[in-house]
Amino acid sequence: MEMTEAILLTIATAATPLLIAALGELIVERSGVLNLGVEGMMIMGAVTGFAAAQATGSPWIGLLAAIAAGGAFSLLFAFLTLTLATNQVATGLSLTILGLGLSGMIGESFVGLPGLKLQSLEIPVLSDIPLVGRLLFGQDPVFYISIALAAGTWWFIFRTRAGLTLRAVGDSHESAHALGIRVIRIRYLAVLFGGACAGLAGGHLSLVYTPQWVENMTAGRGWIALALVVFASWLPLRVVAGAYLFGAVTIAQFHAQAQGIGIPSQFLSALPYLATIIVLVLISTNRRMTMRNTPASLGKPFVPDR
Amino acid sequence: MMRIELIRRPNPSPLYSALSPLLALAITAALGAIMFALLGKAPSQALYSYFIEPLTETWSIHELLIKAAPLILIAVGLSVCFLSNNWNIGAEGQFIAGAVAGSILPIVFPDFRGPLVLPLMLLMGVIGGMAYAAIPAILKARFNTSEILSSLMLVYVAQLFLDWIVRGPWRNPEGFNFPESRSFHADAILPEIVSSSGRAHYGFVFALVAALVMWFILNRTLKGFEIRVLGQSPRAGRFAGFSYTGTVITTFLIAGGLAGLAGISEVSGAIGQLRPTISPGYGFTAIIVAFLGRLNPIGIVAAGLVLALSYLGGEAAQISLGVSNKVSNVFQGILLFSVLACDTLIHYRIRIAGRAGATG
Repeated sequence: MEMTEAILLTIATAATPLLIAALGELIVERSGVLNLGVEGMMIMGAVTGFAAAQATGSPWIGLLAAIAAGGAFSLLFAFLTLTLATNQVATGLSLTILGLGLSGMIGESFVGLPGLKLQSLEIPVLSDIPLVGRLLFGQDPVFYISIALAAGTWWFIFRTRAGLTLRAVGDSHESAHALGIRVIRIRYLAVLFGGACAGLAGGHLSLVYTPQWVENMTAGRGWIALALVVFASWLPLRVVAGAYLFGAVTIAQFHAQAQGIGIPSQFLSALPYLATIIVLVLISTNRRMTMRNTPASLGKPFVPDR
Repeated sequence: MMRIELIRRPNPSPLYSALSPLLALAITAALGAIMFALLGKAPSQALYSYFIEPLTETWSIHELLIKAAPLILIAVGLSVCFLSNNWNIGAEGQFIAGAVAGSILPIVFPDFRGPLVLPLMLLMGVIGGMAYAAIPAILKARFNTSEILSSLMLVYVAQLFLDWIVRGPWRNPEGFNFPESRSFHADAILPEIVSSSGRAHYGFVFALVAALVMWFILNRTLKGFEIRVLGQSPRAGRFAGFSYTGTVITTFLIAGGLAGLAGISEVSGAIGQLRPTISPGYGFTAIIVAFLGRLNPIGIVAAGLVLALSYLGGEAAQISLGVSNKVSNVFQGILLFSVLACDTLIHYRIRIAGRAGATG
């Protein structure tokens, strides 16, 4: 019983940053923009969150700073791809390269410092319910944000007029432009939202998941979040399923290492990456499924004719 | 409110095609000066010791060639991929695969000696890199799987595999438990070009040859033409009867083979054994090299030297200025951003417009 509860809790913690970053990128891609800089924005969020928490003594301020850092960093990408119409793949890559370098430079003096942890909620009575109590009522605050974000993203995309506009921009920027929709402005907002989410996901890593600063501590999670969006074929609720599946793979690997079964730890560590590839292959085999939801303008630069 | 507007040029501007890499370098230097000022260092002195000082001595020019060799080799291969619109960003993994495959002979069969060892090692390195690049290529050609994500995931897998093999089966039995393989014997070492003046090995010669051969293939053969057409317009390419899947596989094999050659050249030329980390991110920096070189093999040679300088300058700055060696990565990121931004000038005229009449 206790073991099951502990495993489920750790799965939720491992899934949360993936879920948040993937939901942000989902909105970005629904607007027709492919931002490969998730890893870079996430690591900037992680280092800024850690630094702000250290400076102020408050992990909450750290979390806000992480969101701001991810958002600000994404504007760099937005300016190049949207205003200057640069290649989105290459620009996203450069955002990641710059983010990894910049975070390493900023974080150099933080290596080894004890971090501040965002405390989990402890609702008396409710969180004492066996098995589900801590799972539903005793998690860290970012967990609840991630669940609300998933529901909110679904509602926004499929139930609001603004969501409809977002999808229209992503499916055909030419027609959307002809209808008088401000394509570039909507894409700026989408990219900014994606950056804020990636920053929050990074803040979760350095303030909840492992409350400390380690260089390259995102360890490819930004890329896995990108893969999750494809896996979910751009549907928010499927992102939740995917994130928890990957959380489970990550945790299974840790438990297998702790049990000391005879497989080298490096092979187990490679599992999430291999799982990503396998899942991508399975999804892309079903071409009808993916084609239906892929934003048709994804990755194409747009320059309004005047 | 000011607004930047792009107006498409009827034809790409030849002036800005030539000027944009230089402009990008100037912007990077300016931003670098600001960064050094923020770090509390005198900008001019910092830039000097970062970018000029490493060029003032013979031995450090050798070091520059050592670092440029893998960058050029990998970037030449990547440019073929990028030209054909295949986004192979897993060259770092293909580099490691080549290094490991090429090291089989000196590590597993150390008693096999003679002049045959080195050519066989290089061949196995190329094959190792190709085999590793074939995975994302086949997945893309067969299942339409995103090559960006699959090739990148394979980088992490390759790094973990290298880590396992040098700590486990290939650990040096006489190495005092250090996580490293046995040192390569003399026949397995890639020779130095001019051994009297410095350490630069034949990897740099391979890089120059690869750049020339690839320049010829891209500009003077039908295959090169196919690659360009399919990259610019897959539809037009298919109407012309060019094979899409064939090009995906070919370009990935070229890139993987060259990355593998870079990997085995690095371990047999510069390092002399396998270690848990054999690359300071050459596979990713090579992406910048490819773009700075305008995806042109000859331009890539120049760009490779510039980026190699950023590694060397980073080491020098760490010692003489006491700044983090991460500064190199920051420079590299800024440089790639500037290159991409400046390239906009080739295809567009930029107009700063006021609020009036702006739509958008």
